[in-house]
Amino acid sequence: MNLREAARIAARGLRTNKLRSVLTMLGIIIGVAAVIILVAFGNGLQRFVADAFGPLANQIQITKTQGAISGNRAARDLTDADVDALSDKGRAPAIGSVTPSVNGSALLQVVGDGQYRSSILGTQADYLDVANRELVVGSFFDDQQTRNKAKVVVLGPNPVATLFGGQAGEALGKDVRVGRTTFRVIGVLKGNGQQDDVAVMPLGAARSYLLGGGDVVDSITVRAVSTDAVTQAVQQASAILDQRHAIRDPDERDFTVTALQSLLDQSSQVLSFVTIFVAAVAGISLIVGSIGVANIMLVTVTERTREIGIRKAIGARRRAILQQFLIESMILTGVGGVLGILLGIGLSVAAGIVLPRLVTDFPVPSVSVGSVVLAFTVSLLIGLVAGGYPANRAARMRPIDALRHQ
Amino acid sequence: MIELEHVSKVYETGDIVLRALDDVSLRIDDGDLVAIMGPSGSGKSTMMNILGCLDVPSSGTYRLDGTDVGRLSDNRLADIRNRKIGFVFQSFNLLPRTSAIRNVELPMVYAGTKDRRTRARRALARVGLAERANHQPNELSGGQQQRIAVARALVTDPTMILADEPTGNLDTASTVDVMNLFVELNDAGRTVVLITHEPEVAEFAKRVVTLRDGHIVGDERR
Repeated sequence: MNLREAARIAARGLRTNKLRSVLTMLGIIIGVAAVIILVAFGNGLQRFVADAFGPLANQIQITKTQGAISGNRAARDLTDADVDALSDKGRAPAIGSVTPSVNGSALLQVVGDGQYRSSILGTQADYLDVANRELVVGSFFDDQQTRNKAKVVVLGPNPVATLFGGQAGEALGKDVRVGRTTFRVIGVLKGNGQQDDVAVMPLGAARSYLLGGGDVVDSITVRAVSTDAVTQAVQQASAILDQRHAIRDPDERDFTVTALQSLLDQSSQVLSFVTIFVAAVAGISLIVGSIGVANIMLVTVTERTREIGIRKAIGARRRAILQQFLIESMILTGVGGVLGILLGIGLSVAAGIVLPRLVTDFPVPSVSVGSVVLAFTVSLLIGLVAGGYPANRAARMRPIDALRHQ
Repeated sequence: MIELEHVSKVYETGDIVLRALDDVSLRIDDGDLVAIMGPSGSGKSTMMNILGCLDVPSSGTYRLDGTDVGRLSDNRLADIRNRKIGFVFQSFNLLPRTSAIRNVELPMVYAGTKDRRTRARRALARVGLAERANHQPNELSGGQQQRIAVARALVTDPTMILADEPTGNLDTASTVDVMNLFVELNDAGRTVVLITHEPEVAEFAKRVVTLRDGHIVGDERR
């Protein structure tokens, strides 16, 4: 007997009990769909994070080490000279740009409109690119304004909320007293949830009018020429600063070099763990579904003992009976798997269309081919395993006993 | 040709030993129509199981067409049942919810025969039920169901048609129908072995073998 024949017999067996077949399939359909949907949500989240923070992947943050340093030496400040050395293309070919900044805080005042204590960030014209931020209105200061220590300021959303009632347009062009000096608001930053309580101004202006500090910089943001060059850029920056700070043992460094890439890698690793965990939970429903298949196949084999006896009496070999019931259970799980895949993809796509409209910035689920292939393979395997024992039991029945069964 | 030589079948359940067949020797020639008779407990059913290759003897040899079937594997026994034996059972044993023609085709499905549909139609015509080919068993009378079963038994052109109480569930008219069918098949040269306890059924046979307590106690030709 060939496989096509066995499949035809199996399909007829399933058709005689349509409702039962469909309900059994439902367990597999739900399990497979759940795995696909949850993996799709996990992937969407990972992609969302990668898109949001990907532009930061070539950044390296350099700061002075806080607290005690081994070797009992005082930590040396980072200075403009360090910045110049890092900017030397000859010594650091992997470094694309160097952006120093100084931090502090000051009281912002608007005549008649109250006051607000905000952190102050003095930096360069390329801050927006480096920090991956956008403006709501206005413009950022340019290189010339940076060199001229122009008294201009770009406000974050928090000071604008307090001083101008949240009206970004209202703030634009207004004068604000920062400490004891009057600055002109030339732009307003879009909030990013992390650094919204800020007033950004040219580095020189911050030093001259507010913070003082000579040639000291608080942090340096270095961008590697590409994401692949991050490791080299970290090495080159460390080597330059080691030399300038006269450090021989890396344990005695008085500065810290952190590549954001490694933080991003960690966070995406955490996310993929979460995805795997969630998919495993969905996998439990697949296991429950497969127990349902095994259960129904056992019932089917018992119910059809007499049929098995007839088939054996007129010449069906063990293999033929085994095939018949195995194919039956694999049709259940295979068809269930395909329907589950269609349902899973359908719901994922629908969620990708509907949810972002309901919740802003909702990560669009992304169905992965791997999860589809895996879910289908697993459902076929379930058919094989869950149907295996009942089918084997049917195949081993003795024809005389099976025929006597009422 | 069917040959049983010193065949015994012993069932052991715990301490109880039952000799269902005790040193039975029997030879049935091709083209014969034999009734095996006996009261219940005489070993008729055991005889039927052994003749039908559903069970193997405890001792002795059983040769079917020269093949010693006593020491064959399950698969080889299945093949012998498929090709050399056509079964007709008391309770018909047709597959439910399956049309008459598909029931008749079934042995050929397992044999891998090519022109199944044509052969099945011919077998149905042979038992006079060609026009019932697409009916399901529950749409047919007992006599008709048994004739479908006969069609299924003869479709593979077996060495022997083995009928176990074939008329046990039939009324008198159907009994005569079915028995006439066996006689016709036998007239056409086919070997038929009937297992029965009804003397009226044995009337149709050319030879009657009587069993009692696992022994052959009578063997007469009519």
